[in-house]
Amino acid sequence: MDVELRGITKRFGPVTANDNVNLTIRGGEVLGLLGENGAGKSTMMNILSGLYSPDAGEILIDGKPVVFEGPGDGIEAGIGMVHQHFMLVPVFTVAENVVLGVEPTGNLGYLDIKKARHDVEEISTKYGLRVPADELIENLPVGIQQRVEILKVLFREADVLILDEPTAVLTPQEVEEFFGIVRSLKEAGKAIVFITHKLHEILEISDRISVLRQGRITGEGDPKTLDEEKLAEMMVGRHVSFTVEKAPAKPGKPMLELSNLVMLDDNDDFVLDHVTFTVPSGEVVGIAGVQGNGQTELVEAITGLARIASGKIIFDGTDITHASVRERHRMGMAHIPEDRHRSGMIAKFTIAENMVLNSYYDEEYARGLSIDWKHVAETAAVFCVDFDVRTPSVFLPAGNLSGGNQQKMVVARELERETKLVVASQPTRGLDVGSIEYIHKRLIESRDEGDGVLIVSSELDEIMGLSDRILVMFEGRIVGEFDNTGGKADRNAVGLAMAGASEGAAA
Amino acid sequence: MSAATTNQTAEEKLDSVQNRRARITGIVLILLALLVLFVLDVAPGEVATFKLTGPRDAIKVPNLVVPGAFNLVAAALLAFLGMRQFLRGGGRWSSLSIGIGLALVVLAFLVWATAGKSFSLTGMLQATMVRAVPIALGGLAGVLSERVAVINIAIEGMLLAGAFTGALIGSLLGGWIGLAAAVLVGGMFGMILAALVVTFRMDQIIAGVVINLFVLGVTSYVTSQVFAEHRYLNNAQVFRAWKIPFLSDIPVIGPMLFNQNLFVYGALVLVAVATYYLFHTKGGLRARAVGEHPRAADTLGIDVYWTRYLHVTLAGMVAGFGGAWFTLGFVGRFDENMTNGRGFIGLAAMIFGRWHPVGALAAALVFGFADSLQQKLALLNTPIPSEFLAMAPYIATIIVVAGLIGKARPPAADGQPYVKE
Amino acid sequence: MSTSIGKRELNDAARDLLTRTQRGRADFEDLVVVPIFAVIAALILGALIMLATGVDLATIGKSFVALAVGSVGSLNAISETLTAAIPLVLAGLGLGLGFRAGLFNIGAEGQLLMGGTAAAIFAFSFPGLPFPLLMLLSLVAGAVVGAFYASIAGILKATTGAHEVISTIMLNLTSYQILNYLLRQPYIQKEGRADPISKSVPDAGQLPLLLDWVDPNLRLHAGLFLMLIAVAFVWWLLFRSKAGFAFRASGANPDAARYAGMKSGFVIVSAMATAGALAGLAGAAQVQGVLERASPGFSAGIGFDAIALALLGRSHPVGILFAGLLFGGLEAGGRQMQVDAGVSIDLIGIIQALIIVFIAAPLLVRAIFPWGFRKDAKGGSA
Repeated sequence: MDVELRGITKRFGPVTANDNVNLTIRGGEVLGLLGENGAGKSTMMNILSGLYSPDAGEILIDGKPVVFEGPGDGIEAGIGMVHQHFMLVPVFTVAENVVLGVEPTGNLGYLDIKKARHDVEEISTKYGLRVPADELIENLPVGIQQRVEILKVLFREADVLILDEPTAVLTPQEVEEFFGIVRSLKEAGKAIVFITHKLHEILEISDRISVLRQGRITGEGDPKTLDEEKLAEMMVGRHVSFTVEKAPAKPGKPMLELSNLVMLDDNDDFVLDHVTFTVPSGEVVGIAGVQGNGQTELVEAITGLARIASGKIIFDGTDITHASVRERHRMGMAHIPEDRHRSGMIAKFTIAENMVLNSYYDEEYARGLSIDWKHVAETAAVFCVDFDVRTPSVFLPAGNLSGGNQQKMVVARELERETKLVVASQPTRGLDVGSIEYIHKRLIESRDEGDGVLIVSSELDEIMGLSDRILVMFEGRIVGEFDNTGGKADRNAVGLAMAGASEGAAA
Repeated sequence: MSAATTNQTAEEKLDSVQNRRARITGIVLILLALLVLFVLDVAPGEVATFKLTGPRDAIKVPNLVVPGAFNLVAAALLAFLGMRQFLRGGGRWSSLSIGIGLALVVLAFLVWATAGKSFSLTGMLQATMVRAVPIALGGLAGVLSERVAVINIAIEGMLLAGAFTGALIGSLLGGWIGLAAAVLVGGMFGMILAALVVTFRMDQIIAGVVINLFVLGVTSYVTSQVFAEHRYLNNAQVFRAWKIPFLSDIPVIGPMLFNQNLFVYGALVLVAVATYYLFHTKGGLRARAVGEHPRAADTLGIDVYWTRYLHVTLAGMVAGFGGAWFTLGFVGRFDENMTNGRGFIGLAAMIFGRWHPVGALAAALVFGFADSLQQKLALLNTPIPSEFLAMAPYIATIIVVAGLIGKARPPAADGQPYVKE
Repeated sequence: MSTSIGKRELNDAARDLLTRTQRGRADFEDLVVVPIFAVIAALILGALIMLATGVDLATIGKSFVALAVGSVGSLNAISETLTAAIPLVLAGLGLGLGFRAGLFNIGAEGQLLMGGTAAAIFAFSFPGLPFPLLMLLSLVAGAVVGAFYASIAGILKATTGAHEVISTIMLNLTSYQILNYLLRQPYIQKEGRADPISKSVPDAGQLPLLLDWVDPNLRLHAGLFLMLIAVAFVWWLLFRSKAGFAFRASGANPDAARYAGMKSGFVIVSAMATAGALAGLAGAAQVQGVLERASPGFSAGIGFDAIALALLGRSHPVGILFAGLLFGGLEAGGRQMQVDAGVSIDLIGIIQALIIVFIAAPLLVRAIFPWGFRKDAKGGSA
């Protein structure tokens, strides 16, 4: 089945997410769709799956124009989407999730769960995607959940599969396995759209590549004749170097020492399993690992957001195991949270208010029980200028800023004071390349000023580029340590450690 | 540094969540044991006599005579369960222990209250069933709307609207039409709630509070403005009990289950139908998907808005039926604010029953039991003020919501409006 | 080490960022136009309900006149309006504060009952104390007990995550029973009465009347000052104080507040306690200023009307003051309406409920009065 998009335009208020986009998708072929965050990839695919309707343009299936009025219509036409954030009901079984919306039924709307189970097992054997049909989704690892997502689409007899950033939650080795699945689907005649912002992946899996920038197609080509540098230029619109410029690290005294940190979840399973490491001043330590292996909890333990069951945390020579978030902050610990919308800022509050979110009580701003808002506003204005936060006024709600400016605001708040340790969790997730470069530069500056810097990121490229030393987390444990001076760590070895393969080994 | 040495040593003193929960359960059980031992103590010689059949019943069963020593046994059992929880803990045992423990306390209480006297258990159970009806139906209305993630504080108002409509239309056009009208008006308020929260994206709790205030206002206004003058508008026939032959002659449970009026049978049937619907049909699966992960349901072509409208309207109809119980099933006339918080207790029954129709019914029976016990206490001349018993369901609800005992998990998207992209 | 702030100079680039943006038309619509239309729409619907229940047009006209006369038409009317507004505004301020902190406190009714009862009990327990002292201490007793009763829900939420909506509803229902029980105890029950009613507050414990020098029947009492002080205090607390910043941050984004080191448990319990104290004060003011004693249901639904008030006033102290005056006027006018036109005062309850519907669903008001709003205005921001 071939699908053609002609002149698709989609606006959200003043923002044009897709501007006159043309795209062709063919059966038995993998189309790689490359673009920065916010380039309009997801919008376009949501149009193709029927979730959004375009403001202009048309969709043709095998040459015939079609109109989608809801998400059901895309599936009906044979277009299925595997979303970046899984669309699975955690408390339903695999079989229930797969058949949801197209359930096998008997009389009186009776749900024939036996047939559903049988159907799911049949289709999973057919495509070699093995899943436990009766297990609840919430009990399955993400890799298996992704298979269920793909099965859902195949069960609806989709001929076009849209895979939106499918590798974000996988280890490099799981990515290889996943590519195997993609290739076998291609051989079965399916048309596949592979959306990503990772250059090496798109070169490896695609038969054809289209590049999207600011809502427009800015380049198309054959992966055999393209390389990462050319693709990056098409994607960003200028020459970019993905290596972070930095001098060799000069590690000093230990700034953060963790010994045998243990944290348990509600079922008393280990979330952090005797984690021990040290971050010295003047060094960037990167924590690599697939999401959900305890990184979030590690950061929460270090910053005082979560209680640990046992272990010891020493910060610049002081035992802070039982110190509060605020005490740690006052001692010079900066924290850039992993999700700025959820926990880094308050969208309804003004930029000025956000700038003092964790220091409003300080002698600098407080007058007795009150807050000196005039002084807060002036300080916020200085911070904005200093960190290139682009806004007409500090009295605007922070929610009005673009993602990159919001993150720069958060970074400004955290770094514009006496700091000794910077804990940055996913510091550049979802940002444009310009903001990413800027934030990386500021983090390296903090290191060069003598701060200890701890970076947690699920983007292996970011870890490889920024860190002087890399630690790998797997199932709550530190399973590997790599020296990355001058970028010498072996990417493949780090990847293996992320999958838990090289446990105990250190390079 | 080598990778951490990782041995999961069980000896370590770890601050674990389940242990803490088990300890709390244990302490509660031990406190209950002390309560039974020292407050509900019965002189060893005294006996409590429970009458199981009335003078006119077809089949006679001898009275149940319980010796006062029963309470000592109950206290010992409670203490054992408590110690076991405190020392050993253990996941599934917690809920079971609590269930057994509460049952023991209630029995001990009855024995204590009846000691040296006699007391009709059958009459009490029959009253329990009757009083459980509006609570169970309110709870079921809550289950139906919260399963599609709409918090329904408006159950109270829907019950009141059903009661009012039942009385008014029942007086004018007869009981059956009155009942139908009550169901329709309940459904109408369900639809209004759905419109406010789904279409107009009003906060769900505010919408519920507003509907309650509005219904209270309208029904009170009409009662004082119109009914006061035209009494014939507020004088409906009450549905009589339908005795089911043979089954109603079974001792104890016969009168409780098979000699009741339409509303009791209706509530039991609705609970059964709702259970089948929610957990064994296509529609139920889709509804639950909308309550757990509306966006996932949307991507699969399930209309989230329509599903919410439908189920909240159905919830309103169930509540309207439950409301008609107050007038057409019980007293025949409407009084201002006559539901008196039953809708909120229904909400509590839903939480107690963990968002399951059968659970809500079971919880409603417990509340109904407390309710009828409160009426009977005066007869038994116990020193406990009736207000304390009246409070018990509310306090029990707070304890459950606080998760001090067991942990209930509401539908994941409960209370969140869904905005289509 | 990163540079410190204090020394940094405020250059021109930074100074540019200090220009305040004008409040947009959208804000104006949201804060002024929507409430006005909501009140108008509710009054019109109220008239329709009267029509539907067989009230003739002349009587409807008469009742609206009575509503106006009874609320602002005479010194007595104004006195009644203000008297009714006092407990409403006090309790409404507490609820508004709670909303700002992200707490949905349905329990003002119970807190008010407990606070008012405590004030009454305190007052008749210490009849020997002199005038201002007994009055003030009784008010304090009401506030403390109200705060304590609200804290139960706060502490449960902070420690176990129990949803405050359910727990405050249950605490309301419990408070009725507690009140019934207390009012029958020999120490509390009025001598020689069989029904549950408390002993009277001695003169020294009462809030003095303000206008009795004009006419001894004017009921306006010193609670008026209490109300105004509370408005100013809550405004300062929310928008100028450190604690208020933490309240608002926790309400707007609890996760971000926690990440910023604000203690959510502290915020929940202290916001809940403050709200309870204000509701308790409302109860005490009612008992010490108007009723002179506690009886079952003496709160008369003030705690629920206060929810409407807080919404109508957009959880802003000044907005709540105006909303309270409006509701007080409706209450006073409603009584006049019942006397003059024979229309039941329960109509006022309907009108109040309708006002909140329209306030809380601005999309609805925009749908009814499309010409009142800018064309491109999309959605409300409630």
